[in-house]
Amino acid sequence: MVAGLLLGGFYAAVSLGVSLIFGLLDIANIAQPAFVILGSYAAYVMNDALGLDPILTGLLLTPLFYGLGALVYRVYYASFERRGEESLRGLVFFFGILFIMEVSLSLTFGVDYRLVQTAYTSKSIDLGGVGIAFRYLVPCLVGIAMTAGLYLFLGRTFYGRAIMAVSQDQLALRLMGANPVQIKTIAFGVGIAAASLAGALLISIAPVIPSTDRDYIGRMFAITVLGGMGSIGGTLVAAVVLGVAESLMATFFGPSWSLAVSFGILLLALAVRPAGLFGR
Amino acid sequence: MNRNWTQGILSFTVVGIVIGMLALGGSGALVAQAADPIKIGFGMALTGGLSANGKPALLALQIWKDDVNKKGGLLGRPVELVYYDDQTNPATVPGIYTKLLDVDKVDLVISGYGTNLIAPLLPIAMERKLTVIGMFGLANNEKYQYPNYFQIQPAGPDPQTSTAIGFFELAARQNPKPQTVAIVGADAEYPQNALVGARELIKKFGLKTVYDKTYPPSTVDYTPIVRAIKATNPDIVFVASYPPDSVGMLRAAHEVGLQPKILGGGMVGLMFTTVMTSMGPLLNGIVNYDFWAPEPPFLAMPGIKEFLKEYQARAEKAGVDPLGYYLPPYSYAVGQVLAQAIEATKGFDQQKIADHIRATEFNTVVGKIKFGKNGEWARGRTLMVQYQKIQGPGIDQFRGPGKKVVLYPDDLKSGNIIYPYSAAKN
Repeated sequence: MVAGLLLGGFYAAVSLGVSLIFGLLDIANIAQPAFVILGSYAAYVMNDALGLDPILTGLLLTPLFYGLGALVYRVYYASFERRGEESLRGLVFFFGILFIMEVSLSLTFGVDYRLVQTAYTSKSIDLGGVGIAFRYLVPCLVGIAMTAGLYLFLGRTFYGRAIMAVSQDQLALRLMGANPVQIKTIAFGVGIAAASLAGALLISIAPVIPSTDRDYIGRMFAITVLGGMGSIGGTLVAAVVLGVAESLMATFFGPSWSLAVSFGILLLALAVRPAGLFGR
Repeated sequence: MNRNWTQGILSFTVVGIVIGMLALGGSGALVAQAADPIKIGFGMALTGGLSANGKPALLALQIWKDDVNKKGGLLGRPVELVYYDDQTNPATVPGIYTKLLDVDKVDLVISGYGTNLIAPLLPIAMERKLTVIGMFGLANNEKYQYPNYFQIQPAGPDPQTSTAIGFFELAARQNPKPQTVAIVGADAEYPQNALVGARELIKKFGLKTVYDKTYPPSTVDYTPIVRAIKATNPDIVFVASYPPDSVGMLRAAHEVGLQPKILGGGMVGLMFTTVMTSMGPLLNGIVNYDFWAPEPPFLAMPGIKEFLKEYQARAEKAGVDPLGYYLPPYSYAVGQVLAQAIEATKGFDQQKIADHIRATEFNTVVGKIKFGKNGEWARGRTLMVQYQKIQGPGIDQFRGPGKKVVLYPDDLKSGNIIYPYSAAKN
């Protein structure tokens, strides 16, 4: 149960970017997991060369990832969205980015498993008889902090509210004199910046190779849909639901069922509440 | 939104088909041709999931080729390797070998790396009556029983139990003898095979199974599994896992405090240099299968020191596994077996070469090799090693003896087991 909660916090961190980009902006950014893996490799390089904590690296590199995200969106906008060809060709575009990033990582770093070692990697604390591994506790806390941060950003700041507005009615926003493209650039950048941190968390939990992104693509989109497209709080709740379901299944019934049950929950929830748990 | 989704799924399918077709087409660089050389062809995983081992295997073969050519080649002709990247994708294998045989007109073929990549090659070899040496595949020839197939992996005549036999033999020798066992593995081909073998051996050695479960390969958090195992309080724990889960299980075992008397077994990946150096002391006490260790019995084998020296010098430049202690010596041995067979039969008659390989004992950098039933080694030589006294993450400590002590088989033993596991864990 506790393990599931911790896992959920981590899943939330990984899925936030998708929630923002896919959930709010309706851009099917299939390449998001590849950006997460890029974040993992950045954390690995800094850890290996300078002994920097992966999460610190993740945090330091957010501006860089933000810039990268903004750039990718601008290319996407100019090539597809402006011409109204975003749905089909846009998907192909992001698919292409996913493969290009995967192959570039393979060529640069090779295909060996990469890991990082931190001061807390194999330590755990005992809380009321349950050993809690720092390897999961730290990512979970960071994940919750990221969720809270993004929640506040979207609800309390000018740009955050503008992003919410752009997701609801672009035309109305344009009539108010605001530029939806600029707002979306910011939102996309923030989503990719979140991937930098998520990648750092990922590599502190498990070893990473360039194709690790494929393990996460399903989970990320499932969590976003289950949480209710674009609901930041919903993403955290959905991530925890999936995390707990996976852990409980693994502990009590046999781990081979855990993934099937997680996705069963998704189907069931969508049958009952098609808009997701916290859908608009 | 609804329409977008339908379009999305459609585009997914289209992209999938395009990628599939590209993959089927195969890609890779053809090596330049020299004048009238002996051509040896193969596909190798240079990208994709198995490339971490495929690339070192290729490097070892290239070193073998250079060594042979330095001595004047085979039958007076230089040796040339013709190879393509199979992308760790079994679907590319038929295309690659058809091209090798019909367009490149290679004289001999060897297999790519890994069970899944050897499987699609066997039917082709049977149809065209080729002699094939397999590069590390488990039980590939059990069903076909093709007489001209040989396997360099020292699994022996009973591949299914080969991974686990040493583990359970060692367990049975300990005092007090372990009574209960937990086995766990990934839902994938190799771990499933290893678990079947383990169950057979559990019966043979009269142990009681208290936990027997599998998990999906994409599992992220292994602590619930390890906790469930710990709750059954087993004397020994046998794990059959691939690299990411090996690391996940090991870390979880430390975090949860799982301390059976013996832990390990069939964990793939622990012997990879990047994993060894980053896991460091966490490995202490683990008893695991292996095929090669820098221990005195292995370092005494003829030619191995020279090979490793050359390999390690080139590996750094090539950006592949810097130590090369798992697959590369065996890959080099594949070349040695072929070379000796070609010289002895003075030609490329596939049948004559196969007959010679079947009848002969070969001297290689991994010792004497004699092939037996189904083309496997006549006597199995899957090692059980124990990681001992590892300090910190440094790579140099793994270069010499004492860190990966060979416990099994007895004729290659280089040290004693530290038992129980908790005593070796620091």
